[in-house]
Amino acid sequence: MLDILVSGLLLSGTYALVAMGLNLQYGVARIMNLANGEVLVLGALAAFWLYTTAQISPILTVILVIPVAFIGNWLIYRFLLTPLVRRSKTQGALEVDSILATFGMSFIFIGIMVSIEGGFFFYKYLSEPIQILGSTTSLNRLVAFLIAVLIAVGLYIWLHYSRPGVAVRALSVSTEASGLVGINVPRVSALAFALGGTITAVGGALISTFITLDASIGVVFTLKALIIVIMGGVGEIRGAIVAAIILGLVETGVATLIDPGLTLAAAYFIFVMILLFRPQGLFGRRAV
Amino acid sequence: MYRRSLFGLAAVLAVASTSLFAQDMIKIGAIAPKTGPLAGGAVVTQWPNVQLWVEQVNARGGLDVGGEKKMIELIEYDDKTNPGEHIKLAQRLATQDKVDFVVAPYGTGFNIATAPIYGKFGYPMIAVSAITDKMEELTTRYPNLFFTLGTTTAFVDGVKEILIEQREAGTIGNEIAMVNVADAFGIELSVRARELFGEAGFDIVYDKSYPLGTPDLSPVMKGAKDSGAKAFVAWSYPPDSFGLAEQAIIENLDVNVYYSAVATSFPAFKGAYGNKINNVLGAGGTDVENPAIAKYRDAHMEITGKEADYWASANTYASLQILEQAIVGAATLDRDVVTQYIKDNSFDTVMGELSFENNFSNKFWSVGQWQDGVFRGVKGSNVDGAVPVRVKEGWSE
Repeated sequence: MLDILVSGLLLSGTYALVAMGLNLQYGVARIMNLANGEVLVLGALAAFWLYTTAQISPILTVILVIPVAFIGNWLIYRFLLTPLVRRSKTQGALEVDSILATFGMSFIFIGIMVSIEGGFFFYKYLSEPIQILGSTTSLNRLVAFLIAVLIAVGLYIWLHYSRPGVAVRALSVSTEASGLVGINVPRVSALAFALGGTITAVGGALISTFITLDASIGVVFTLKALIIVIMGGVGEIRGAIVAAIILGLVETGVATLIDPGLTLAAAYFIFVMILLFRPQGLFGRRAV
Repeated sequence: MYRRSLFGLAAVLAVASTSLFAQDMIKIGAIAPKTGPLAGGAVVTQWPNVQLWVEQVNARGGLDVGGEKKMIELIEYDDKTNPGEHIKLAQRLATQDKVDFVVAPYGTGFNIATAPIYGKFGYPMIAVSAITDKMEELTTRYPNLFFTLGTTTAFVDGVKEILIEQREAGTIGNEIAMVNVADAFGIELSVRARELFGEAGFDIVYDKSYPLGTPDLSPVMKGAKDSGAKAFVAWSYPPDSFGLAEQAIIENLDVNVYYSAVATSFPAFKGAYGNKINNVLGAGGTDVENPAIAKYRDAHMEITGKEADYWASANTYASLQILEQAIVGAATLDRDVVTQYIKDNSFDTVMGELSFENNFSNKFWSVGQWQDGVFRGVKGSNVDGAVPVRVKEGWSE
């Protein structure tokens, strides 16, 4: 039982890393970013590449990734997505446009990554066994979990107790009303998008220490992130974290107690249940 | 009038020169994944060998087809690990690019799915990365399709033999923990394994499947460990072969026989885990002591910059050697004649002398083992150089 708790919680840390970024991008900047998984894999590729060519520790890569990913995502929003935001008259139109644009973007990312490394991103870092509450797990998973917790807590505090954070939250409630009270909507949207992309890339660098990724695997993470964001409620960081914990615990529980073959089925079952009975997500507000 | 005829002459010359040019070249088409779930395997096993072979043949001045030297022009496409995409591209290779011959696809499903389209255009397909028990049925239906890497049963048999030997030696009991990836490959092998292991009197005490791309395999490994079995068998794909090894190291899985299927033979497997995976068994194998293999591995490293894997790399290269020798031997680009030549003759390849009986080449490795940094063949069919199996002793460096 303790095994399930420990493994499940560690897995939910992974899922939280995957989903928090998309939550900011979709919830605040209103960009349904289908290239989310590819950004994650880019972070992983950076960690793999720096580790295998220059022996740079993935933890250091995480710090290096932060400014690069922030600037890169800010530029993407500023030059590729802002024209779409300006052009679209309704939120629905923006969602459709951004889905198409980021879908195309994901192929460009895959192409770039394949040209750098076509095979698996193979390296091992901190894969030492450790004991937590009598359950064996690996150090790299624990490190990723702790950093995920750090990011989540930091993000929560920032969103709730800082001025820009409040602006970001306001934007997630209503774009029009935020503009009316003097929030610089394009700038805050760009900030949220860039921050979301940064968290995703950092997550990728951390995840690559214990999951073997390759250039084409991004879509798997995009899908998981999507499930978690919808389950938790769009634009709700708390929701995404709770949803990630539920998913992690349920998948591990099902794998241990019933059959590992049913983990995906269990995840989708919960997803469907939430869509049926609480379509706005666990923490989401009902649309007005 | 004069101008027009001059123009006409120029046009005729242009046409003549292109056709002259075309006569000097032989077009080979290759479609395999560069992106998608199978790309990670294809860039290790498939693509480098295509590159190696084309460069070597062209460095020799091309293929001698009926006294005329022809350089190879390679046309390659990425099928994105999507069979529909592959079939569209195959159509393009045949009708637009008009390639003379093709390299068979990568992956069992892909070879089966594309056999009709390649068959329609008469291309001989010397499949390598394709393992199935339905060979007879398939080669009867598609007489242009050849298999070279073995059958599902042969692969399970290899593992079964090892389990029986180890049981007789007293290192394992009757209990086996077995897992498989829930896709066509893993399911076909595990179904056969249940039958064959059962017949041999083994008891599969832990028998579970997991979906492709499972992020956390620790519940699987914990379950296998709790079963107490001294033998662990995984019909796995990359990247889960790595994930399972990682968890086995973390959990310090106490077994004397540890087997995982595809990608265990990749040099990167050792690169990631070093000596911790010493005495791990896996699908494939090779005889590194064989001078032909050693020479091939050196050339592979030199030309592609990558180490060949310890399994299907050599078979893939051998399949291209067969194609080469059949074209030269038949002395024509007529695909039907070349196909017939493949059926009727034997070929001198890096895997030794290969020939086909009912389109099936019965010479391949089925099980290999990491022994002190090299993945050596321990079980196979009609292959020389198998070494004795060793017992897995812990997971320390």
